[in-house]
Amino acid sequence: MKKTFVYVAFSVALLAAACGGNNQSASKDNTAASEEKKPSENPSYDPKRGEGKFTHVDVAATLDPKMAESGEKVYQLKCSSCHKTTDEKLVGPGWKGVTNRHAAEWIMNFVTNTDEMLNKDPQAQAQLEICLVRMPNQNLSDDDARHVYEFMRKNDGVK
Amino acid sequence: MITTTKQLLAISSAALLLSASACKPKNAATAVSSDAASKAYVAPGKYDEFYNFVSGGFSGQLSVYGLPSGRLLRVIPVFSVDPEKGWGYSEETKPMLNTTHGNVPWDDLHHVELSQTNGEIDGRWVFVNANNTPRVARVDLKTFRTAEIIELPNSAGNHSSPFITENTEYVIAGTRFSVPPDDVNGDVPINTYKKNFKGYISFIGVDKTTGKMDISFQIECPAINFDLSHTGKGPSSGWFFFSCYNTEQANTLLEVNASQRDKDFIMAVNWKKAEEYLKAGKGKKVPAKYVHNTYDDKTHSSVSETKNEVTVLSAKDLKDICYFIPCPKSPHGCDVDPTGEYIVGSGKLAALIPVFSFSKIQSAIAGKQFDGEYDGIPVIKYDAALYGEVQKPGLGPLHTEFDGKGNAITSMFVSSELVKWNIKDLKVLDRVPTYYSVGHLCIPGGDTKKPNAKYVIAYNKITKDRYLPTGPELAQSAQIYDITGDKMQLILDYPTIGEPHYAQAVSADVIKGNSVKFFKIEENANPYATKGEGNTKVVREGNKVHVYMTCIRSHFTPDNIEGIKVGDEVYFHVTNLEQDWDIPHGFAIKGANNAELLIMPGETQTLKWVAEKSGIWPFYCTDFCSALHQEMQGYLRVSPAGSNVPLTYSTGKNLPAADSTK
Repeated sequence: MKKTFVYVAFSVALLAAACGGNNQSASKDNTAASEEKKPSENPSYDPKRGEGKFTHVDVAATLDPKMAESGEKVYQLKCSSCHKTTDEKLVGPGWKGVTNRHAAEWIMNFVTNTDEMLNKDPQAQAQLEICLVRMPNQNLSDDDARHVYEFMRKNDGVK
Repeated sequence: MITTTKQLLAISSAALLLSASACKPKNAATAVSSDAASKAYVAPGKYDEFYNFVSGGFSGQLSVYGLPSGRLLRVIPVFSVDPEKGWGYSEETKPMLNTTHGNVPWDDLHHVELSQTNGEIDGRWVFVNANNTPRVARVDLKTFRTAEIIELPNSAGNHSSPFITENTEYVIAGTRFSVPPDDVNGDVPINTYKKNFKGYISFIGVDKTTGKMDISFQIECPAINFDLSHTGKGPSSGWFFFSCYNTEQANTLLEVNASQRDKDFIMAVNWKKAEEYLKAGKGKKVPAKYVHNTYDDKTHSSVSETKNEVTVLSAKDLKDICYFIPCPKSPHGCDVDPTGEYIVGSGKLAALIPVFSFSKIQSAIAGKQFDGEYDGIPVIKYDAALYGEVQKPGLGPLHTEFDGKGNAITSMFVSSELVKWNIKDLKVLDRVPTYYSVGHLCIPGGDTKKPNAKYVIAYNKITKDRYLPTGPELAQSAQIYDITGDKMQLILDYPTIGEPHYAQAVSADVIKGNSVKFFKIEENANPYATKGEGNTKVVREGNKVHVYMTCIRSHFTPDNIEGIKVGDEVYFHVTNLEQDWDIPHGFAIKGANNAELLIMPGETQTLKWVAEKSGIWPFYCTDFCSALHQEMQGYLRVSPAGSNVPLTYSTGKNLPAADSTK
């Protein structure tokens, strides 16, 4: 059991490393690749973007407080049962720093296309091995997802 | 000894061979052809082609099967409590079973009618009847839940019900037992039946958009038994037909005394005319108490409302609403063919099936070809209404459905068979055995303008040796026959719940796309809903304690509750925060005198629990929801009545003190 955990942690670290570097150029390369091949085939899978409808999300440098406020309401209703805003794990991981760990596209795809992401995405699967509870699809609208992301940014200190 | 056995074997094999080649199919082995299995086979993971809504009889519920596989998809609780689903036990559903007699936790559900538009099944609602305490329910086919139940005054044994008009303008319900009307003193000698008893048929209006029911009017008829009914269609639009028995007006030993006359009646009702009279103010408002219960998918709760009045039209005074047509020997089924021209009455004790012609009935009325009156209602001459008779169809004809290709199939209770005959020439075309004693039968859309005649299903009253024995009580059964060819072919037989009476089936495409997957939590308008874990709370109001609880995979909030006292009534208002298909959570607490809750995603349901003893009372989720389902549990602490343990509640916070293990 411990070994598995170490292995998983190691893979996550590797993946994280692979995804690091120049974010913008990596994202561009992968987008190009995914246009050539079917998005569901693994070589074209963009682990930074995840699987889902969001290919590019415009995120401003500063916070949109209205969006964040709306996102907090969604959080209270649909997310707070399992996620704290600190780094403490409850049922799922705490949200502190989540916008530094994942791109906006990945987060928004994960919260709207949960099952497919859990079946496909290496980082989501690694997290599942830690939490052992498949994140429920809470049927967030596209706007809900964007607003929740903005609330996450606020939680991570974006002003 | 060995030789003898061998000889015996040889003889019996020879006999078997002989008999196999000689006799016609008498048992299941010979009645089922080799390709039957493939015709009923629906591969794992594949959908059935039809939904089949089957009455649950004395279970009081409605079952839903897939066809042709015969797989049981769901049992929808309607008139009986269902502890599995909390139906009739949760505070939100209790009002649904309210009647003028108080809470009635059981009934006998006989007939099923899918809503129609232009004489075709539209897949919106299914109506069902309660036979014992007369009621009609509407089940919403978006949620597969009972949405509404309306009680019927002046009625008893609501049997010729709930059949509908071509555009679901009305649900019609005729009383089986005639009884004294509700607004007079019913304390009369039973043998004054002829003088004091009346028969009422109810026309329940249905709102086109919402489906909401309300009794538009009742027609007061002579005291006889109304058995079954069906709407006219096409040329007979605006008419409704009822089978009537006990025209002898017997009040005892009906088995003998209601079987005296050679002919009873089919009653033809011109309901368009009745509407005109109603508009013209010919109806009489009569005091009558009945309740109307509705369930709301937004508040996730139900309301029971009592009504005090009903409008009655008298068939005797308004001569041209109702006509009797003589029909041989205690008619049961009363079925109208897809063209609307032919009305089939099935006399239970008759050796023939009469087929009446709507156009002839109209000419007979116009030409006053009457045989006098029965209790003030004109009786049309038999020959003036008759199209023809099916001779020697079998024994005990009960019900008829239609294939839309000019043929009818009639169930024969006494001779245990289905008989196919041609409507035009009235010739018998085919017959197949049923196992055993078939009652109702169903062809998808078989009572509409457009049957989808791939199968006919027989619903059998007796199964005897068909399945492994299970003590004295055996399941009833359904049998599916392929009717795409000239010969009806048995392809599957399976047990049913309760006793199946009428059933209807429809192409799955009409319904499956509308199925609700979960209730939107944002739209939850239950006054006790908890929208988000941050809003959970426990509120004491005197000796009532309201627990506003949420659940999500895999915990309840709060899951530690203290400060409850003996004598408290605790209301667990549990909101399921999930927003995903097929993720209900259950809620059960030790010692509950009612049942569990089964809470659909986005829904709030309430369980009342009375604290009777001090101690620790565990609760848990009953519906396996996740890998940590077994962790989804909590504790309620009950202290003595005068205790000063403060009211506290939390999840994940009530941790042991540092020295608590000492």
